[in-house]
Amino acid sequence: MRISLRFATLWGLAAMATCAIAQTMPLDLPKSIEAGSAVSVATSGNGKAVLYIVGIGQVLRHDVQLGEKAALAPGELHNAGHYGAFLVGPSSTQTAEFDVTAQQPSSLSFLAKPSRLPVDLHEGISGVVYVFDAFRNLVLSPTQVSFELSEIGGATQTRVVTTQNGVAWLRLDSAPKAGAAQFLARVGAVTEKRIVQQVSGEPCNLRMSARRSGTRVEVETEPLRDCKGNAVPDGTIVTFIERNNGSESTVDVPLKRGVARTDLPANDGATISVATGVVMGNEIRWRQ
Amino acid sequence: MSRGGLLAFTIIVMTVVLVAVGVFFPNTSAFASASGVPSAVRRPSSPQEAVETLVQEISRKDWTAAYNSLANKNEFTEQDFVRDLTGTHPSVRSYASLDGFDLHPLHASADAAEVRVDLTWSEVVGTYHEVRDVRVIRAADQWQVAWPLVKEPRVPPQVLAVNYLRWDVVYRGPEDDWGAQDVESPHVRIVDMHPVDRGGAVVLVGELLNEDVVPAFVTVKATLLAKNGSAIGTEDAFDKMSHVLLPKQVTPFRIDFQNVRLVDVDNIRMDPSSSLIAASADPVIEIEDQKLNGLPDSSLTGKLVNQSGQVVNIAHVLTTFYDNNGQPVWVSDGYADRALLPGTPVPFSTSLPADLSGRVSRYRVVASTYSSSRFQ
Repeated sequence: MRISLRFATLWGLAAMATCAIAQTMPLDLPKSIEAGSAVSVATSGNGKAVLYIVGIGQVLRHDVQLGEKAALAPGELHNAGHYGAFLVGPSSTQTAEFDVTAQQPSSLSFLAKPSRLPVDLHEGISGVVYVFDAFRNLVLSPTQVSFELSEIGGATQTRVVTTQNGVAWLRLDSAPKAGAAQFLARVGAVTEKRIVQQVSGEPCNLRMSARRSGTRVEVETEPLRDCKGNAVPDGTIVTFIERNNGSESTVDVPLKRGVARTDLPANDGATISVATGVVMGNEIRWRQ
Repeated sequence: MSRGGLLAFTIIVMTVVLVAVGVFFPNTSAFASASGVPSAVRRPSSPQEAVETLVQEISRKDWTAAYNSLANKNEFTEQDFVRDLTGTHPSVRSYASLDGFDLHPLHASADAAEVRVDLTWSEVVGTYHEVRDVRVIRAADQWQVAWPLVKEPRVPPQVLAVNYLRWDVVYRGPEDDWGAQDVESPHVRIVDMHPVDRGGAVVLVGELLNEDVVPAFVTVKATLLAKNGSAIGTEDAFDKMSHVLLPKQVTPFRIDFQNVRLVDVDNIRMDPSSSLIAASADPVIEIEDQKLNGLPDSSLTGKLVNQSGQVVNIAHVLTTFYDNNGQPVWVSDGYADRALLPGTPVPFSTSLPADLSGRVSRYRVVASTYSSSRFQ
């Protein structure tokens, strides 16, 4: 039976005080119990007694008939940690200390950071795994965690790390090729998946061309790529600037299908330049 | 008659006299502000009075009275007249109210005159000026204004193919494990920041770059720190920046700290923040004919051209002014008073303080847009 923590703590303290002044005897309990497992406690003597089990974050109280076995149902004792057991009878108190340990790994908390990063970044991706059992107890025993970072249709980086105090972590390089990578952590049959977007870096060679289009000049960039040859994502803003006799015309154009295209007034002798972010491109002097 | 009775009689007589004066000799301003009074009651006896009467009717949004008082009303409909003043499409102009006006006679003869009308419109984002040169004609015993109608150009019916680019965001849900990462906030960076002492105020001007590959909603907050490390004040850029930045887009920002002297500031803590938003890459706005105008009315003027097929209702223009070293010295903003129709230039102006005019050698203009039919 589970009772409120404060109430039980008082009872526990009272029981321990009783132990101090009354005759105490050891209680027959194993030193280590797996979380969630059923527990049977043998008692002796006659009359009624109360069994208190006090641990961090969990206190149990059971009325016991001395001479019979006190049973804790499966799942009743589920928080991992160090516990004290007190069987308070009419004439004596029996005590024991034991540990509740985590079960087999059942779930993983997988922190993969960042969710988006530039390509070809040394140790740019960090993965941290916390291993838990079915009752969300941290599994402290060393456990092998397998990390896999796989690009879609590309290579896979695999590393196995043993947990320390329930945690395993590593750092991986981002791939030179842009795209969504699948980052997997696996312990036995338990897996967790994250998506890491590997995006292109700064445009490497921004070049544009110009041609007449009626009374205007149509300007268009070449397909924009970073220094690793990855296409710069659509939506990236490219700025075209036309300067002519102290006046300027500018257009901020998003990349669509890899290129930025717009038209500007066709002024003879005008200088047209192009830039994106902090990267400058080529310059064209327009002649009619 | 008792003293009290005499006083009552005097008050009654004075009231009757004042009411009579008010009815038969109404004050011009009181007359103008009284809504519903038919303008036909008055017959303007001078060009200025005719223009004043018209402007007051416009101020009251008494479009019918204003239209009926025009000398050239046979040249256009009342609807055209209203559209000229309020815009065909919802825009800054649609929500503006007339805040004041100045009249400047340009020339006058016995039967005609020309008057320059400087209208000051007030709207939620500030005020803007509109100048119209109107002809005033004498007809019979009264003066009437010939309104210089500005017709908004009509865009010919057509189909424009647009490849829309849009970002949608899937955020983590409440049922997700605590370890499940959320989508990363866009990475933004302040690429330039410069404090300016503006006589009793400290103004921070700078630029913010979205260096990520996703759109960002950005804000910039600044805290001025005194020599003892205490905070003098915290402000943000509010509307003196573009809040939606597409990948690799740069916005200027300006943060004003009133009643602070730069000498009292030891350090400045900048706090840019960004969050992912669903955004669209359109419309594309061309900013053409940008010109820096010198004193006495130092400003930057230009025209906005909507290169997309969608009507843009509100266009916000931000100008960064740089000195010879490429350092930003000022940021100012302005709004286009009319909606941007596809391919139709709309003028804009952003001001520059006169004392900074001589220091400016370069500038950069960006525009952010809002369409009533769409989020951005």
